[in-house]
Amino acid sequence: MNWLRRMLAIASKETRQLRRDRVTFGLIIGIPAMQIMLFGYAINFDVRDLDAVVLDQARTSLSRQLVGDLAATQVMHISWQADSAEEFEKIMDRGDANIGVVILPDLERRLQDGAVAVQIVVDGSQPSLENVAQGLAVMPLLRRPGLPARGQSSIAVRVAYNAEKRTAVQVVPALVGTILNITMVIFTAGAIVRERERGNLELLITTPVSRGQLMTGKLLPYIAIGLIQTTLIMLLGHTLFRVPIVGSLVELYAGAALFIAATLSLGLFISTVTRTQFQAFQVAFMTMLPSILMSGFVFPFDGMPRLAQWIAQVLPLTHFVEIIRGIVLRGAHLWDMPLQLGKLGLFFVVMLTASVLRFHKRLD
Amino acid sequence: MSNAIVARGLTRHFGPVVAVDGIDLDVPAQQIYGFLGPNGSGKSTTIRMMCGLLKPSAGSVTVLGHDALTDAETVRLKLGYMTQKFSLWDDLTVRENLEFMCSVYGLTGAAKRERVAARVREYDLGEFAGRLAGTLSGGQRQRLALAAATLHEPQLLLLDEPTSAVDPQSRRDFWEKLFDLVARGSTILVSTHYMDEAERCHRLAILDRGRVMVEGAPKQLARDIDASVVEVECADLPAARKVLTTEPAVLSIAQLGSRLHVLMKRSLDEPERHVRRALAGRCETAVIERVGATLEDVFVAATVLRDASAEGRERAA
Repeated sequence: MNWLRRMLAIASKETRQLRRDRVTFGLIIGIPAMQIMLFGYAINFDVRDLDAVVLDQARTSLSRQLVGDLAATQVMHISWQADSAEEFEKIMDRGDANIGVVILPDLERRLQDGAVAVQIVVDGSQPSLENVAQGLAVMPLLRRPGLPARGQSSIAVRVAYNAEKRTAVQVVPALVGTILNITMVIFTAGAIVRERERGNLELLITTPVSRGQLMTGKLLPYIAIGLIQTTLIMLLGHTLFRVPIVGSLVELYAGAALFIAATLSLGLFISTVTRTQFQAFQVAFMTMLPSILMSGFVFPFDGMPRLAQWIAQVLPLTHFVEIIRGIVLRGAHLWDMPLQLGKLGLFFVVMLTASVLRFHKRLD
Repeated sequence: MSNAIVARGLTRHFGPVVAVDGIDLDVPAQQIYGFLGPNGSGKSTTIRMMCGLLKPSAGSVTVLGHDALTDAETVRLKLGYMTQKFSLWDDLTVRENLEFMCSVYGLTGAAKRERVAARVREYDLGEFAGRLAGTLSGGQRQRLALAAATLHEPQLLLLDEPTSAVDPQSRRDFWEKLFDLVARGSTILVSTHYMDEAERCHRLAILDRGRVMVEGAPKQLARDIDASVVEVECADLPAARKVLTTEPAVLSIAQLGSRLHVLMKRSLDEPERHVRRALAGRCETAVIERVGATLEDVFVAATVLRDASAEGRERAA
């Protein structure tokens, strides 16, 4: 009881201070609102009408259907039909086409064997095109009666629920995670060093407040703030960008709360290893870019090199993007994603423990 | 318990710097014990080691019967600490600060309300209970800090230069509060660099460069001073000063208005005659008389004498 009371004393002190800090309070609402407007309108991963060249070496009815399917995605516009490999290369070399499709001669047999039947060649100087190719490669183009289905992939599923491939629908849920990741880490990164810089820490650590009480008490108010931000972003996403919320709101909040706790604990850890707020913010920023870039928010996770995938596994945002996309877009349940939840939980426990162990109630 | 704090060989290094150098201390219970010393003499470092905030490099300190380092949490429940810099929260009101400190010390509900109300009353904080601590004046802040440090009714108060940013009247009031607390059974250790405050302590340790130079009751220290004090009044004080500065028997000279306050080696039998002889032919009209030592003389003698003898030893070596 006493343990809880001291922890709550810290939490309520933190809340009071936060409420007085008008600027920070404004940022809690302002940052998410501004970011969702910015990202929602500006980020557009939709790639349409890329000039494409097709080299159909099979020349069967199936291959013609396939070219038709590709054209129907509107991602590419078939501008050229090459008759030979040389012509195909020449068109690619000139840069007239950004994307090339080669259908290999014995298409049907290759599909039966599960071998490579279609090659998509992209202009490597435009990085975003590679994502397009990877997206195309896992689209259910080649499912036809009598042909074995190719391995189900995540992108194939996503396409099914976002048939128009509208960016906002994909981006907004992930944006919840990204914005929370930015604001939460910053909030707690300053939490301990601020007390140190203002000279409050010397008094605070001479009181009977324990390290665990201090850490959890510092964390608690921001979980509530994180959930407010989640609400704001989802609300704006829903009204401005018509993002549907297929799954359960309760599960969305539960998942978000776990993710918020995980990112807060990362910030807290940063706060215990740095000496000034300036240092803390720099370290916080250092963790942000990898989180945003490697979480599958910007680039498809499957397209990243092995090492990057491993690093991404450590980042809470990676798992939360999967969780929130699952709930919001596919109507998945939390218990469908035990692995992602487990990893978030583990991250939180490890970081919080590390923070408590790293922090000493001493000045030296 | 006769001694609230016992330190033995207490030492603390910061890298190559020795901040506290083998201090032995016995602080009696239910008294005000003073640390007098210049900046950098090790006062704060010693107090921080008593709070368990710094780990001694060598030696140990026992506070209220507990080791200050290994048993820091027990000690912290029984002591109140006032840091040198105001360390309550500027962006909380006076009342919120007090309520928070109460909660942290485990006071809740009615007990908390009563305690806060009592401190607000005792320390005259009622007028600005709703004001942010950051907007208070130096004297008000210091009252708030003392109120906060005494919320949990600690047996021992450690006050690190509590009056450094406070006007004389506030300082007087503050000391009244300290004596009230002692009358109610508290032990207080206070560091200062004001002589008048040091004079008010029951006992006193003069610190210099991490060492205890002299220790005892202020009156006793003035009696036992290792020097004689002579005051000189004459027409040409600068000239007299110039002459006396060259005298090997003179330890220090300070001008007090139209008089020179001269500290001389104690080994001299008749210091007045010595001064008169030195001034002969220059300040014939001089009035020279022996006076009692002040605490400042004790302080100067303790710090200057050690320097002189240390230099002497170095020269001899």
